[in-house]
Amino acid sequence: MEIFNDIIRPILVGLGATAKRLKREKTTVMYPEEKREQYPRTRWRHVLARYDNGLEKCIGCSLCAGACPAKCIYVESAENTDEERYSPGERYAKRYEINMLRCIFCGYCQEACPTGAIVLRKDYELSDYQREDFIYTKEMLLEPMAVRREA
Amino acid sequence: MPKRIEEIVMHDSASPVLGGIEKGGSVLVAAKDDLLNWARSNALWPLTFGLACCAIEMMSTVASRFDIARFGSEAFRATPRQADVMIVAGRVSKKMAPVLRQIYDQMPEPKWVISMGACASSGGVYNNYAIVQGVDQVVPVDVYVPGCPPSPDALLYGILKLQEKVRNRKYNKVIELKPREQVTV
Repeated sequence: MEIFNDIIRPILVGLGATAKRLKREKTTVMYPEEKREQYPRTRWRHVLARYDNGLEKCIGCSLCAGACPAKCIYVESAENTDEERYSPGERYAKRYEINMLRCIFCGYCQEACPTGAIVLRKDYELSDYQREDFIYTKEMLLEPMAVRREA
Repeated sequence: MPKRIEEIVMHDSASPVLGGIEKGGSVLVAAKDDLLNWARSNALWPLTFGLACCAIEMMSTVASRFDIARFGSEAFRATPRQADVMIVAGRVSKKMAPVLRQIYDQMPEPKWVISMGACASSGGVYNNYAIVQGVDQVVPVDVYVPGCPPSPDALLYGILKLQEKVRNRKYNKVIELKPREQVTV
């Protein structure tokens, strides 16, 4: 009886606590298969948006580069012509580069942008092996033509 | 169906598959690279190297919601002698750089480095006299994880990328358990 009270009973009480926990919902998100829903204001990978007619929203004003605290954005603008029209305004971004390693995803570029061209979406899988691969060029950042965002 | 295993020939994936057929026994040929890489990639023990706020995200990666233990990396070691991968989490100051290098040198081979976050990878916003502009100036980095700080999901993605890299690593060295002349090529 002493053995029961001193040894077996505490073990059973402990296992009972474990058994109670087994019924609870599992907290683990099984990451590569199942992805956690990101919060509404999560800021991750940048995207250069387009208008519905396919023209780029970016007008190459470099306000994003000025607002960036990490100085990770480089914009080179050029004039639009009637033959080569990229954006509705006078100018467009000829080169638009973001150093993703420098970027701290603060979203200041998004706030500074007068046309809403640069937006930070929720794609967080950005890891890579080479340092050079983190310079995201305009081609990588531009929203593809075919895929339309729901309005 | 193979009856029994007579010998185990370890070889790398670059050389052709060998077998002691003349003996009449079946041979288990284990591709050495694949076997070692599989074992290594599923038990990447990280070294505790939290330097700043990224370390908080690194800690929550270990916690139950993200559970790094599913990838065999839950054993954060406080000593470099028992660690495989160094997760540099946070900004590395110039005073910390020699310490970081020494700790990296004390880790046994094979070893890998994950540069976690903007500050460790490139200096981030701290472009000043005190911060090393990228930890790859001090140690060779295998995987960069951008973000400020990277969320646990992003770090897990980086660890998965590292596992991929470890699995695809080719050593190009032949280690055989028996003398070479006894093996028919």
